[in-house]
Amino acid sequence: MNTLPFDPIATQHATTVLRVCRAVLGPTADAEDAWSEAYLAALRAWPDLRPDSNVEGWLVTIAHRKAIDVVRKRTRHAVPVAAVPDRGVGHRLDRTASGIDQPDALPDLDLWAAVAALPDRQRDAVALHHVAGLPHAEVADVLGSTPAAVRKASSDGIKRLRTTVVREGDR
Amino acid sequence: MGSSQAFIDLERGGTTTTVHAGGPGRRGVDDVAGRMRTRLAAQAAAEGLLEVGYRVVGTPVGDLVVAASPRGLVRVAFVEISTRDDIVAQLAADIGPRLLEAPGRLDDVATQLDDYFAGRRRDFDLALDLQLAHGFRREVITALPTIPSGSTASYSDLARRVDNPRAVRAVGSACATNPLPIVLPCHRVVRADGSLGRYAGGAAAKRTLLTLEGALLPP
Repeated sequence: MNTLPFDPIATQHATTVLRVCRAVLGPTADAEDAWSEAYLAALRAWPDLRPDSNVEGWLVTIAHRKAIDVVRKRTRHAVPVAAVPDRGVGHRLDRTASGIDQPDALPDLDLWAAVAALPDRQRDAVALHHVAGLPHAEVADVLGSTPAAVRKASSDGIKRLRTTVVREGDR
Repeated sequence: MGSSQAFIDLERGGTTTTVHAGGPGRRGVDDVAGRMRTRLAAQAAAEGLLEVGYRVVGTPVGDLVVAASPRGLVRVAFVEISTRDDIVAQLAADIGPRLLEAPGRLDDVATQLDDYFAGRRRDFDLALDLQLAHGFRREVITALPTIPSGSTASYSDLARRVDNPRAVRAVGSACATNPLPIVLPCHRVVRADGSLGRYAGGAAAKRTLLTLEGALLPP
């Protein structure tokens, strides 16, 4: 029986968990919904968690699963459209029209969109290893894969990001 | 989480390029997470998952952690006496680990405390959960509001009020372990010789409260 307080022991990982959701789903309302669902599920299961557990890894695993559920739902509900919308990486919103005037904001959103647009295996490996900071072996456990395959997928994902993300003010 | 930035290291043959996401500014992930934590607390309460909601209220006697169960206010604790982390850990151990900072659940408490310290309110009108006090101690703390604001009573007065005139010492320890100080006014109980005696929030806090209520003259 775990009697440690959920807040702050689980909530201190809120940002990491949000990054994982954004890495899978892009900087969207869906990512925030996945975050909420993950934390509600975690709160429900919290008293039964073994006190010596890796709380961050446990939360990231739940969040990743919730985010993938959303991806699957999206795929099921996908409606064919005449023209494929440009969700391309490096795609620029019109600053004036979007009302976003902070120089930081757009490249960030682009990066999350770029990660979310990676092929599934690369996206999952990048989300869990580079974004959440789990070691390759733990990522392999979460994904039901091997550390070697995870290492390859995350390095391919990063290579792809490097060619696709447009970075402003890169020195 | 020391950094407010999300980053991905793009390692490239010994050199490292870092792409920053959610950098400084109001659009960072931390700000989003703050807003979402509030939403989580509301959802958790709606689903009956929130065993304890708490918030910190600043007052003239220092910061207070106030905590509520679904039944009502369950704990008021002085941050200056024991740290916020210790208070929260104790709440999780005593009541339940499904605990979140939940400002919404404690809006009423915070408003009434503000009104009390501003002199607009003399007594509290709140749902209370007395699960942290048992038996005789619960009987004693429930009798505390019978001492009117602006006055004091001695420990033996209080023992008589609960029909147990010889239990002066037990009355003292009931006051000392009151889980709801200020709201259940154990600060109105003083020594028979008129000296203030001890207080869970420290002697200075007791003096401040009694002065605020008009039971003591301002120093």
